[in-house]
Amino acid sequence: MEVAVIGFAQAPNQRHGQTTTNGVEMLVPLFQELLTSRGLSRKDIGFWCSGSSDYLAGRAFSFVTAVDAIGAWPPTMESHVEMDAAWALYEAWVKLLTGEADTALVYGFGKSSAGNLRRVMALQLDPYLVAPLWPDSVSIAALQARLGMQAGLWSEKEMADVAVRSRAAALSNPAAQISGHVNVEDLLSQPFVADPLRAHDCAPITDGAAAVLLATGDRARELCERPAWITGFAHRVDTQNIGLRDLTTSVSAAKAAADANVDGIDVAEIHAPFTHQDILLRNAMGLDSSVVMNPSGGALCGNPMFAAGLARIGSAATEIMAGRAGRALGHATSGPALQQNLVCVLEGR
Amino acid sequence: MGMPLQAPMEISFDYTRSLGPVLGPFMTALAERRILGSRGSDGRVHAPAIEYDPVTFEPLTELVEVASTGTVLSWSWMPDPFDGQPLDRPFAWALILLDGADTPMLHAVDAGSPENISTGMRVQARWAAARTGSIRDIECFAEPGEPDEPGERVEPVTMVTTPIRLRYQHSASPQESAYLRALAEGRLVAQRCPACTKVYLPPRGACPTCGVPTEEEVELTGTATVTTFCIVNVPFPGQRTKPPYVYASIVVDGTDIPMLHLILGCPADEVRMGMRVEAVWKPQEQWGMSPENIDHFRPADEPDAPFESYAHHL
Repeated sequence: MEVAVIGFAQAPNQRHGQTTTNGVEMLVPLFQELLTSRGLSRKDIGFWCSGSSDYLAGRAFSFVTAVDAIGAWPPTMESHVEMDAAWALYEAWVKLLTGEADTALVYGFGKSSAGNLRRVMALQLDPYLVAPLWPDSVSIAALQARLGMQAGLWSEKEMADVAVRSRAAALSNPAAQISGHVNVEDLLSQPFVADPLRAHDCAPITDGAAAVLLATGDRARELCERPAWITGFAHRVDTQNIGLRDLTTSVSAAKAAADANVDGIDVAEIHAPFTHQDILLRNAMGLDSSVVMNPSGGALCGNPMFAAGLARIGSAATEIMAGRAGRALGHATSGPALQQNLVCVLEGR
Repeated sequence: MGMPLQAPMEISFDYTRSLGPVLGPFMTALAERRILGSRGSDGRVHAPAIEYDPVTFEPLTELVEVASTGTVLSWSWMPDPFDGQPLDRPFAWALILLDGADTPMLHAVDAGSPENISTGMRVQARWAAARTGSIRDIECFAEPGEPDEPGERVEPVTMVTTPIRLRYQHSASPQESAYLRALAEGRLVAQRCPACTKVYLPPRGACPTCGVPTEEEVELTGTATVTTFCIVNVPFPGQRTKPPYVYASIVVDGTDIPMLHLILGCPADEVRMGMRVEAVWKPQEQWGMSPENIDHFRPADEPDAPFESYAHHL
């Protein structure tokens, strides 16, 4: 069975979106745009799968209210992961491989601005020994950044270079929250947010949503001129105990990349919410300097929680569907300091 | 239609967790001003103690005491601490390798300013005055001072309670906002789906059948039919009405989806399927943008609705 990405759409990445935390206001027009682009209606979709978080929404079962946006009548086949929707895409891929459906629509949404995002993210940590201290996501990433700087793996200038490159690339992405031409000297003259990280080193707080269409074999060929065929798909997780990890690399990202086979990649869309993680992931996954990194601008230019990973895969697939790349990689991460990593390799034929 | 309504919302919950054979002794030791690590299959000592070996994944059983002093391996600066973090003034987060351990732990260092902390710096645990058997028994780390006095022995700690409190700015949808604003004026307003024409109360962001936003407003009188109900006999914390009382599924006239509400104004055992009821509003001075403006429904002076008129809601 062959499975391909045949469509991608995303809501504008915004600091304060006009939306409830259940995302319905973002998802209704998003589904409309995505389905219309392939001449489909919601009744043509065989399987729906989503990623979101109740802790982010501050309410129980927020994803159930989101299902209103599907119009799930007659009853439809639907599932949800409390993770970035890139993992929902993995579930949908498996579902299509079983032959139970020939199309799937995968979506993720997050209103990161509803609470204190850095503080909410502490709840993903070990609940006995770490979460009771409320270490926030930026502070933990900053500990990782300093370890790499001390080891000579990256410098604050190289980190700023990543921000400069990302913001310039985002000029071509209408959904991006941040874009523009900046220079390294200006960025490095800014104060620290969490020494050694400055604002440009950290992804912005973003409200948003993303959706991806999948189809199998002939159905994909019939609906899309140049489908982005999934040739490798893998995800791995490192221990939740931060002290046991070598934070200057990512074993899980390296293994996922090897399992998905990232040889010969033209374009990589990497989900790196911090500048140093862009460099770290590139090293861990063995991507050489010929690989075009994050033509969308990446998570540093818009990081809607629980949708940003899916958006990386959607953006990578867009490069294939548009004929700009032959072989592309979409990556998603989750957990503190790149604990969990997913790699999806896509190919045009 | 104005801007969608917003309001602050706070949710809180105390998570209570049992500890088991590794974390129980670890927490007990903290209450006694001692730190325990566990020895792994490769001889390395992990502090705080961990339950499973990172190499073989076998349960770890050998607990060893490590020092409350150690070395900073990495740090980051927190200029504006969040609610619940170890210190309420600027501090450093640090990965600290305790003397006698081979892998570091995450905690706070009370350094005052970023000029006073560096990798390689020596630190020592500062113990909380009142200790309960929690990672918070270590208030933070700081520059080394006098060696610790051994703490008094305590009863084994077997449980840990972690309070979680989160604040949000909650937003209502445009449809919910119109509904809430109407309630504040003493009106009950539903919305109709443009596709299937069903009328929803409360209105939703999208018709769950058709997946399209509901737009057309439908003004309701507040009379309704009981479809099914239950009699609440059991008292519970926070209960607002003295049992027995009736909680019913009612279809408000002009709508197509039942909602739940309280039925008062007659003995509980007189409530029946098909009974006609009407909304009882609170005194106007108590109205807000809230469904609580309708206090309850009471029997209306009307014959019961025929079964066929509501059977499809059951």
